[in-house]
Amino acid sequence: MSTDLSETVRCMTEGLQFHFDVDGDNFTSAGQASVQVKKNLRQLGIPPETIRRVSIAMYEGEINMVIHAGGGTADVYVNESSIVIVLDDTGPGIPNIEQAMQEGFSTAPDTIRSLGFGAGMGLPNMKRYTDEMQIESTVGVGTKITMKVNL
Amino acid sequence: MTVRELAAQLSLRELAMPDGDREVEGGYTGDLLSWVMGRAQSGDAWITIMSNLNIVAVASLADVACVILAEDVVPEQDVVKTAMAKGVNLLGAKESSFALSAAVAKAVQ
Ligand SMILES: Nc1ncnc2c1ncn2[C@@H]1O[C@H](COP(=O)(O)OP(=O)(O)OP(=O)(O)O)[C@@H](O)[C@H]1O
Ligand SMILES: [Mg+2]
Repeated sequence: MSTDLSETVRCMTEGLQFHFDVDGDNFTSAGQASVQVKKNLRQLGIPPETIRRVSIAMYEGEINMVIHAGGGTADVYVNESSIVIVLDDTGPGIPNIEQAMQEGFSTAPDTIRSLGFGAGMGLPNMKRYTDEMQIESTVGVGTKITMKVNL
Repeated sequence: MTVRELAAQLSLRELAMPDGDREVEGGYTGDLLSWVMGRAQSGDAWITIMSNLNIVAVASLADVACVILAEDVVPEQDVVKTAMAKGVNLLGAKESSFALSAAVAKAVQ
């Protein structure tokens, strides 16, 4: 993924920040952080199409943390030039990121598939809806995904 | 055409209609949630047989105009209540996804 994060880090030190703990046990309530962020961004007067991109990308990441990593944290940073989403978990990690990024690749179990997830489209959607995306993952340690949407 | 008008024209069952004046601009049919989030457009009528609570969040974030549950599927517990609370229009019909897609396409032309 894209690697220039110096701008991203700078963005994180200014502007607004929202923090969420994403519960790994409650699948039905998953997505609450994303829905809340959508609300917050609307109040800030962010353009609807940008809100849509940010909230879908965040939701896909949030659901992934619930399904594949047993939960994690989500932080959203907003300043005048961009919105940055950082999703951090201590799950199993992703052994092959290139493969995970491919449309259709999924390790989701049948129980999850029966709910409509597990199409292997989440990570590709996150990439498509954001301007920059970086995945850092270590097997047995966890996964950190940073996404940026320019304003 | 608004969601309310669409529901009347196609005789759809109203399960939750917190925003009946929302304009329907097109449609998307599918049950795999990440496909819906990747392909549906804002303002679409989303036709599906998925009935679990996650459809409410997906509909809200994808900003579709309404969800139409096909084949008379019964929404699971809390779906109607949550749809109401989150401002998501939820309709039901006995027709198949195919038949509903054709009807919606004709109606919004
Ligand atoms: N946070 C994570 N921790 C561990 N593995 C992950 C994580 N996120 C994604 N993966 C792995 O990457 C694969 C692809 O993820 P992606 O979101 O594209 O598809 P999916 O979640 O399986 O299905 P969908 O998103 O379409 O419902 C997952 O099946 C899983 O193996
Ligand atoms: Mg996913």
